[in-house]
Amino acid sequence: MAEIIQNEGGKQKGKRRSKRHSTHIDMTPMVDLACLLLTFFMLTTAFNKPKVMEIVLPERTEDIEDAPQVDDSRVLNIILVENDKILWYNGLADPTKAALPTLTETDFSADGIRKVLLQRNKNLFSQIYGLNQDIITGKIELPRDSIDNRIKRFKREDVKGPVVLIKASDKVKYKNVVDIIDEMAITDIASYALVDINVVEKKMVSNYFAAAASGAGSNK
Amino acid sequence: MGKIKMSKKPPRIDMTPMVDLFFLLLIFFILTATFRPQEAVTVDTPSSNSNTTTPEQHVITITVSKDNMVFFNVDNGSDSAEHLRAKVLQAMGSQYNIKFTPAEIKKFEVLNSFALPMDKLKDWINAKNNTERDVMHTGMPMDSTDNQLLMWIRFSRQYYPEYEVALKGDRDADFKEVKKVIDILQDNNVNKFNLTTNLESDEVTLDNL
Repeated sequence: MAEIIQNEGGKQKGKRRSKRHSTHIDMTPMVDLACLLLTFFMLTTAFNKPKVMEIVLPERTEDIEDAPQVDDSRVLNIILVENDKILWYNGLADPTKAALPTLTETDFSADGIRKVLLQRNKNLFSQIYGLNQDIITGKIELPRDSIDNRIKRFKREDVKGPVVLIKASDKVKYKNVVDIIDEMAITDIASYALVDINVVEKKMVSNYFAAAASGAGSNK
Repeated sequence: MGKIKMSKKPPRIDMTPMVDLFFLLLIFFILTATFRPQEAVTVDTPSSNSNTTTPEQHVITITVSKDNMVFFNVDNGSDSAEHLRAKVLQAMGSQYNIKFTPAEIKKFEVLNSFALPMDKLKDWINAKNNTERDVMHTGMPMDSTDNQLLMWIRFSRQYYPEYEVALKGDRDADFKEVKKVIDILQDNNVNKFNLTTNLESDEVTLDNL
């Protein structure tokens, strides 16, 4: 056991020989307690703090003139619907035109929406991926800041990649929205926005499900 | 060769260094421990690839629980001398004509997130313990006629404009409700959000193309 052993050797030439036996203080309880507290604090210390995903939304602007103009062909609309499903279409849904764009159904799996996004964002993704690979293999050495700057520059200069508009319909769970934003980060999409679903799209979704239901009915 | 004389005393191991180390570690852990107060509601956050850590101080945490209840929490500042919670509560009190006693304000400073209209807040503060408090939450009023969440955010940012907003939603919370909160935040010119998530790594390579 841990003890304090007081050495009362004969250095003092026997002037005061009060005690022969050294004083032993039994420290076992104290050590036990220290051990207990140590374990407690070690276990309660939260080493892995919760992570956060940053998202910056565009400032609200009433001014329609200020709204950024994008090429219709670059727009990829993702409509989140209930039961973890995704419907997407290209371009703009213009109610004045006779033919509305067709919706494609997919999901959150790696072969689902991620494939679609990667396909559209191939150019930018391979650029950023190449840069990251070069850094991992040590081909180029750059401080963290300039890597971030390069990636930012890639994203800024990207003119072909998709502009993703994420629209959540009414019964969507929060999880789905976080997942899709995360998907944007995974596939290095340069520009995406969280926007409200509009009336035309609501109609498109309900039409899609009506068609799917009747299709399933006729198959029986 | 004579017989080896076995020592009668049991061998003694000097444990002093070990004990020293124990105490050193103990002191380290005591000092670094940050106690996370019991949350009013358990939230199962969704996961993402993001590796950014939560800001430590000056955070407004808005929690959306599984049953779509919105909780508000604001921290007390980087040290207790700032008394930000106290200031915000007093401001809210004067806005809604509720007088809080100094004791109540002091108690409020150490409490956690809440989902209550202002008129119930006094009872909540004066409740005996946390188990009693936890059943009191009815939801934060946040419709256009009585938007108390907006006021809480506004007053918090009035006393400390750089408050960051952490939005902690449950996986199964309705996005509609979260969207409402986001809209309120945007009404307060908060456009940058930290969505609290769990870390889950998901690699994508060029082969996926």
